[in-house]
Amino acid sequence: MTAQNPARANGAHGQAWWERRAEDVERLISRYPKSRSALMGLLWMAQEERGWVAPEDMEYIAQRLGISRAYVESTCSFYSLYHRKPVGRYVITVCGNIMCGLSGAEALIRHFEQRLGIKLGETTADGLFTLLVTGECVAACDGAPAVQINEEYFHKVTPERADQIVQALRDGADLVELSERIGLIQPGAVWEAGESA
Amino acid sequence: MTYEKVLTKGIGEVDLTRIENYEAQGGYQALRKALKGMTPADVHAEVKKANLRGRGGAGFPAGLKWGFLPDDGRPRYLCCNADESEPGTFNNRMLIEYNPHLLVEGILLAAYAVRAARSFIYIRGEFRKGYRVLMDAIEQARAKGYLGDRILGTDFSQEIVVHRGAGAYICGEETGLLSSLEGGRGEPRNKPPFPAVAGLYGMPTVVNNVETLCNVPFIIDRGADWFLSIGTEKSPGTKIFSVSGAVNRPGNYELPLGVTLGELLEVAGGLKPGSKLKAVQPGGASSPVLLPNNLDLPLDFDSVQQAGSILGTAGVMVFDQNVCMVRTALYYADFFSHESCGQCTPCREGTAWTARLLRKIERGEGTPADIEVLKSLRGTMSGTTICLLSDFSITFLQSVLKHFADEFEAHIHGRACLAERPREVLSA
Ligand SMILES: Cc1cc2nc3c(=O)[nH]c(=O)nc-3n(C[C@H](O)[C@H](O)[C@H](O)COP(=O)(O)O)c2cc1C
Ligand code: SF4
Ligand code: FES
Repeated sequence: MTAQNPARANGAHGQAWWERRAEDVERLISRYPKSRSALMGLLWMAQEERGWVAPEDMEYIAQRLGISRAYVESTCSFYSLYHRKPVGRYVITVCGNIMCGLSGAEALIRHFEQRLGIKLGETTADGLFTLLVTGECVAACDGAPAVQINEEYFHKVTPERADQIVQALRDGADLVELSERIGLIQPGAVWEAGESA
Repeated sequence: MTYEKVLTKGIGEVDLTRIENYEAQGGYQALRKALKGMTPADVHAEVKKANLRGRGGAGFPAGLKWGFLPDDGRPRYLCCNADESEPGTFNNRMLIEYNPHLLVEGILLAAYAVRAARSFIYIRGEFRKGYRVLMDAIEQARAKGYLGDRILGTDFSQEIVVHRGAGAYICGEETGLLSSLEGGRGEPRNKPPFPAVAGLYGMPTVVNNVETLCNVPFIIDRGADWFLSIGTEKSPGTKIFSVSGAVNRPGNYELPLGVTLGELLEVAGGLKPGSKLKAVQPGGASSPVLLPNNLDLPLDFDSVQQAGSILGTAGVMVFDQNVCMVRTALYYADFFSHESCGQCTPCREGTAWTARLLRKIERGEGTPADIEVLKSLRGTMSGTTICLLSDFSITFLQSVLKHFADEFEAHIHGRACLAERPREVLSA
């Protein structure tokens, strides 16, 4: 088989993502009264395709929207979820805000470091995992300590669950499916007096 | 006493992300009712009469805000603030992930009332699942004729654009949100002009929180009088309280505004075994502490304010005897310093300076003079900046300096931390 792999971001044989996804690009831009508003969406698209936002992505976006490259960079650098350097396939971000901090986020980070053999901010040699901490509360304080992996939620991450998640991803689990299956706590049915307590 | 669930009805029992399940419990009836029998002014009047106060933090009446839009023929925009990033707050996320059609219907009704040309949902980048759920809900609504061109065969058309943020607390501030929606850095803008006059692309714009908009379908369906019968006279309706920390059942609890702090803690399963109540923040990182003697305090906008705090986002954080208030203050100082957008000197320098002083004190290297400096921050950091982040960054600190002075002194004089078993708090 000599068929090209269309999933390859900018591979030797592949087209650039913005060519392959030209329709998505146009649809995104058409949603806004002014095209510049599509800038963040295009940065997201670049990150989806490549795993991070590369200089050539910014160059393309600047050209497509008719704005300067410096403007694109300035916007991109304002937001912490855009990676401007290559990262692992799975970016594990531990919530380090107050409630997760009080519930063992520090120990969880140490555990991930040990388990993955990397320090905070680093990527494993196989390119699979990057470990980060965020100062922002990720709105899962009832499931502290909380972790996001590529923005998918994992609540109440004990060291055992951390191992389970890492192993599942190494074994090729689908991230979204994994989050749905073991990551989330369903909202407890909202309490009515007399029910318990 | 049993409380009726309103916004959270069906959550955890049926899959409300499916439009037919939402319709089966009365969903989209309010939209039908409004489009078939009410003018935009009627819808607006009903919301105004209901005195629906903004759930995003400030409690400003939505009906009044909608009335500020100038009637000058320029296109108007509606923005739903789904940036929910206030520490301790997770109620918007639940509404989005588990009841997305309620939000879609609320936005459509609000857009009809204010005659918006287009609506936007600004959703924080961390809510990737929420984004998927909303995109799906919008397409389901379109297929049923609730959204798009000539909705339900009427002259009313509306599109909802979901815009993903990418990690910046300040984009929750309404003008920071607008800067971000325009494709720029999420830097707040001076007010006035307020967004109602010059908002998105300089056009008249309404910004409302997710939970605020989720109340609108019920107000239209059941009427303002019904809404006014719930909660307190000045804070009508229910509120979804996000409770976290030292309770047995952290989670979201929808209760009438005016429920007491004690009742809420009981609903959340009471304090954890072995926990003694030390302090509660009723509304996010900036809310001044409430104390164990506040258990009878009604949690509504005005009562909490009279007690010296703010209801804010109703992100209720419960601290027990193992939480060190000095470390907590340091944590928040680092957080605000990190999240300051840097445009205003008092905020950029003040938050960094506050964090430095608190770090010094926490390590046992502080002096009594440092405490005096911290106490004087209000003069330099409040009312001097573009947005309220600067003001908000020191309100919790001022409250603990007052109520937990002994903890600060203990740290300064190098004695052990007064928390019983001080828990680790990460530094931002
Ligand atoms: C620093 C800062 C952060 C804010 N973050 C949020 C937020 O995440 N969500 C929100 O709805 N409002 C937030 N607000 C309040 C908004 O500026 C605005 O008042 C609100 O969205 C209006 O909606 P409402 O009237 O329906 O409450 C924030 C304000 C400040 C000063
Ligand atoms: S007060 Fe702080 S966050 Fe707000 S605009 Fe000024 S520098 Fe930015
Ligand atoms: S503090 Fe971690 S989710 Fe809120």
